[in-house]
Amino acid sequence: MVSLLRNQKVRNALLQVLYVGSLAAMVLACVMIARRNLAAQGITSGFDFLFKSTGWDVNFSLLPATANDPYWWYFLIGIINTLFLGSTGLLMATVVGTIVGLARTSSNELARLLGRTYVDIFRNIPLILQVFFWYAVITHLPTPRAAHQGLGMLLTSRGLYVPVPNVGNLAMVATAVALIAAVVLPVWLGRTARLSRPVGERLGIQVAGAAAALVCAAIILAVGRLPDLPLVDFPALQGLNLRGGLRIPPEFSALAIAIAIYGGSYIAEIVRGGFKSVGKGQMEAAQSLGLSPWRIFTLVRLPLALRAMLPILANQYVWLMKATTMGIAVGFTDFFMIVALTINHSGQTLEAIGILMAGFLAINLSLAAVFNRINRAIALKGNQLRG
Amino acid sequence: MEMVVVAPPAPGRLEDLKRRFFATPLQALLSLISLAIMVFVVWKLLNWAVFSAVFTTSGGPEACQAAAGACWSVIAARWRIILFGLYPFEEQWRSALACVVVVVMTVLSCIPAFWTGRRIALVWGAGAALYYVLMKGGVLGLAYVGEEAWGGLALTLFIFVTTCLIGFPLAICLALLRRSELPWISRTTGLVIDGVRSLPLISILFTFAIVLPFALPQWLQGDKLYRVILGSALFFSAYQAEIVRGGMQGVPAGQEEAAMALGMSYWQRIGLIVLPQAMRNALPATINQFVISFKETSLVVIVGFFEILASGNAAYGTGEWRFAYVEVYAFIAFIYFIFVFSLSRYGAFLERRMAVGER
Repeated sequence: MVSLLRNQKVRNALLQVLYVGSLAAMVLACVMIARRNLAAQGITSGFDFLFKSTGWDVNFSLLPATANDPYWWYFLIGIINTLFLGSTGLLMATVVGTIVGLARTSSNELARLLGRTYVDIFRNIPLILQVFFWYAVITHLPTPRAAHQGLGMLLTSRGLYVPVPNVGNLAMVATAVALIAAVVLPVWLGRTARLSRPVGERLGIQVAGAAAALVCAAIILAVGRLPDLPLVDFPALQGLNLRGGLRIPPEFSALAIAIAIYGGSYIAEIVRGGFKSVGKGQMEAAQSLGLSPWRIFTLVRLPLALRAMLPILANQYVWLMKATTMGIAVGFTDFFMIVALTINHSGQTLEAIGILMAGFLAINLSLAAVFNRINRAIALKGNQLRG
Repeated sequence: MEMVVVAPPAPGRLEDLKRRFFATPLQALLSLISLAIMVFVVWKLLNWAVFSAVFTTSGGPEACQAAAGACWSVIAARWRIILFGLYPFEEQWRSALACVVVVVMTVLSCIPAFWTGRRIALVWGAGAALYYVLMKGGVLGLAYVGEEAWGGLALTLFIFVTTCLIGFPLAICLALLRRSELPWISRTTGLVIDGVRSLPLISILFTFAIVLPFALPQWLQGDKLYRVILGSALFFSAYQAEIVRGGMQGVPAGQEEAAMALGMSYWQRIGLIVLPQAMRNALPATINQFVISFKETSLVVIVGFFEILASGNAAYGTGEWRFAYVEVYAFIAFIYFIFVFSLSRYGAFLERRMAVGER
């Protein structure tokens, strides 16, 4: 027996079995105890509860939701809310971060100072404090009766009311797709036609593409328009309440603003790092070729910087996506809050935690997969010289 | 907010100014826009925070609300609840002293003379023990104060310190386990680390605070505060383990092989050769992780702790000071800023200092 223990191979195998076994035993014991405790409270384990109706409401949903809907539908709503808030926040943070990051790398001292001050202030204040702050600011705005008005929008303590077109849901989605196409199409056309066509012709193709997409959007709007209603539904005061328009609730705006400002300060640093990593020689070479400053930026500095910052940016995006869970602090029904509410109301603790983990794993993995693809697409191919 | 001091245009300086800020029309435009933003923000901020602000409590909330600027009297009236939470009023000097202990401890561990494993462990161990005795009392003639009464800045610092104190050794263990040559040990550890890293911290805190009592036998449950600290330490260690592992990968393989050739045991190799070099490589990222985890202590407000954010909410939340939320948040943000900014500046200083050796 002792000689067996002296054998390195046996010892290694034993150690591994012991380690993995004890971890598994710990998890198993926790699950067993939890099941027994839950069963004592009259909660049967299993995923049957997913098909029961919830009996409580969500305060924000892009899909139709009533208290009669089953749990699985609510989980779906939660995931979509998280993705919606996450992508809005990411988009805004990227815009803020790019502007501030460019200011930080600019050749102008004052712009650099401004950028640095922004980053130093907002990076060093916890995100949740900023969420609380913006939520307090928005909920302390004037009541609907004394709302701030401008551009057809109303800013009140109950949220931001924006005008929406009076069209069906399907037409709305189709319009959004057409509008995005109007932006993406010219860029894509410009890239594919870059080598084969002269500059003037290329511009014509781009303009034609954008115009076609815009015409499509207009046609969809005209066709999908709801009968007997004005084309655009403006929010307006009616008695003590507000009618019409689309309400963006304060919970959502507070989170989106905070993520944009806080995330922007991190992304600014990533952008700065990316631009700093572009060798000075690249720029000097471009200058000596006689490229204009704009073309140096779009053709040389930006692509090279993008390549350097994309992996770090992907990590930051995953982090910001996880930060949407702060919704629970102000009562935004994101995925995590739905899980927490489910645990409160149904008691299906283990199942809900499992769904939470699976959901975040899926979100993280798909984000990582998307970024890996982009990364592969723009990575240097072959063994070109680097530096 | 940093003040911009524009020197008076002395002769000779004018040229310099022109070259620096108005070299080309685009530069001039950029300078003017930046300057306009700066002047506007600084002026607005100064006007709000200083010139038209109310600083005394004499007028009460009503006079304060009428003022155009900031109402700092809310801080004058409520600073104790923001800093110390619900800690008994007569004993709050202990809470303040405990905060000082944490600050001194952090400053000490920033000094290179303390950067040996034994000294750093001694400083943090002694500091945490001193903090605990001061806060909890019950010995040395100090009145007993239970954890449920701890709050404000003192609680925030406690959570931060204990998270690091538990999380750091755990991180080194996890990193070593993940680096293990035994495939199943490294794989399982990798799974645990990646699993924790893929989850949001809030969900981990929530699980530890609210779900774990279901899954643990009665005698193992402990206080909610310590469960949350464990959760946050686990989260910290999962991230820190990857940083330590990265640092270890930066140590040339020859170092460990040379140690092996000298006949050193595994623990001698790790403790005397690999870890010291790995920690040096990992130091900038480690400071960054400390900064992040200090900011993330604020998340415990969600599982119902009375740390500085929650006590701030309470400070303006009730009755007469309801309008003064901006001032309270500004005050808390300022406190966080002082801690986090000085830590991150220190990190930047270290990075410069270490770059000297590699020139």
